[in-house]
Amino acid sequence: MRRLIGFVMVTALAIGACTGGSGSSGSPAASTGGGAAASFSADSTMGKIKAAGKLVCGTKFDVVGFGFKNPTNNEVEGLDADLCREIAKAIGVPPEFVEAISANRLPFLKEDKVDIVISTMTITDERKKEIDFSKVYYKAGQSILVKKSSTIQKVEDLAGKKVCSGEGSTSEKNVRAKAPTAELLLFKTYTEAGQALADGRCEAVSTDDTILFGLAQKIADTELRGGQFTEEPLGIGIKKGKDDFVAFINATLDAMKADGRLKALYDKHVKPFSGKDVEVPF
Amino acid sequence: MDFAFTPPLIASSELFFEGYRNTLLLSVGAMLGASVIGVVGASLRVWGGPVLSSIGGAYVEFFRNTPLLVQLSFFAVLFAPANLGISANPIVVGLIGLSIYTGSYVTEVIRSGILSVDSRQIEAARTLGLTQVQALRLVVLPQAIRTVIPPLGNLAIALVKNTAIVSAIAATELLKVAGIIETRTASFDGFLAALVAYWTITIPLAMLVDQAERRLGFSR
Repeated sequence: MRRLIGFVMVTALAIGACTGGSGSSGSPAASTGGGAAASFSADSTMGKIKAAGKLVCGTKFDVVGFGFKNPTNNEVEGLDADLCREIAKAIGVPPEFVEAISANRLPFLKEDKVDIVISTMTITDERKKEIDFSKVYYKAGQSILVKKSSTIQKVEDLAGKKVCSGEGSTSEKNVRAKAPTAELLLFKTYTEAGQALADGRCEAVSTDDTILFGLAQKIADTELRGGQFTEEPLGIGIKKGKDDFVAFINATLDAMKADGRLKALYDKHVKPFSGKDVEVPF
Repeated sequence: MDFAFTPPLIASSELFFEGYRNTLLLSVGAMLGASVIGVVGASLRVWGGPVLSSIGGAYVEFFRNTPLLVQLSFFAVLFAPANLGISANPIVVGLIGLSIYTGSYVTEVIRSGILSVDSRQIEAARTLGLTQVQALRLVVLPQAIRTVIPPLGNLAIALVKNTAIVSAIAATELLKVAGIIETRTASFDGFLAALVAYWTITIPLAMLVDQAERRLGFSR
């Protein structure tokens, strides 16, 4: 497994070196798709970021695989973090990371504390009223985490079983809809729900797979089953009124899809947990 | 007025009453459990001899002097199938935990009730020809009960309120369902209803204790 991850990382680096351009020099990269990366008009959003000398990204610091601050080297790691790095590279500035949790990420955007938010944020109609979103960069969805010895294969198998989830989440609602006879145990945090799965108080934990990936790492002999049974499309959040920036980010995502950088990031960050290839959702 | 709108509590009434039932179950069940533990514990402390008496004392001092929330969290993991395998059901764990916790207080209340009766009364009763059991039943108990009813009533009311802590180990009781209703509907009606529901348990309980006190307190 470790060798596989290493291989994937080397591949990702190689692809990055071939196609991404050298970020720090700010030389125009053909692959960004957003025009000449180095020269933006001064009153464009990208021009202002370039003048500020850094791209400030709000990411999670505690979600393994997406935004996780590694305590050993203080680097923010994961798909969200690397997307920020790629966008920063396309503009030609270094990235700066700020922790954006669910409760503060929209205010951070509105108050210009961050330029973008990439923080496992689901695109919803309600949020669209407050901020703009890029295109979907990852399709998260609710899934099930079970012990490897479990007979549960899909969400319908949860019927009559003890299922742990988080109080205050839509996950609870979704389980009740798909398996009405499941007995739900609701905890304040997913760490507690994970502990309950580990010591056998429940037979499955169900919530967004992005959270389950991290739990699966912490709890021995567990795995995700049954794929996604809801759709939670993740998008990059941008303050309203920056249409040029939305277009630039979408073009950068397109370019990353075209030259395989996006796929390489999925392989690097998500595949080790999900065990499956992730399709580009656009 | 939009008549298509279902008030949050009506929409979740089934869930709410499940929570209410479980809170009642936890309250009544733990009251019984704590009473049994209290009588046994107090007997050990008063008549158990040096060894049993200090075991009873250690039990009281341990469970009375540690937080209930920590005890419950510990029991939840300890009793889980992967460990002792006693129960995975948070209601059962809550019943046991609340009984043991409240039992430590009940032990002390009953002990003090027994000790409040002058030991010379037993000696006098024995001199008059009563057996030890008769002396306890006819002389000590009627007086001790009068002393312990008010503090036991307070403990029972505290116990009903403590059932809310069992929500932390994922039991579906009143506080938990109030939280779920808030999540579903962004309305705090669930909490308001939960407050009223606790009240419907504690107020009759307080009245009951009051009445018992008046009935038994005739000669004091």
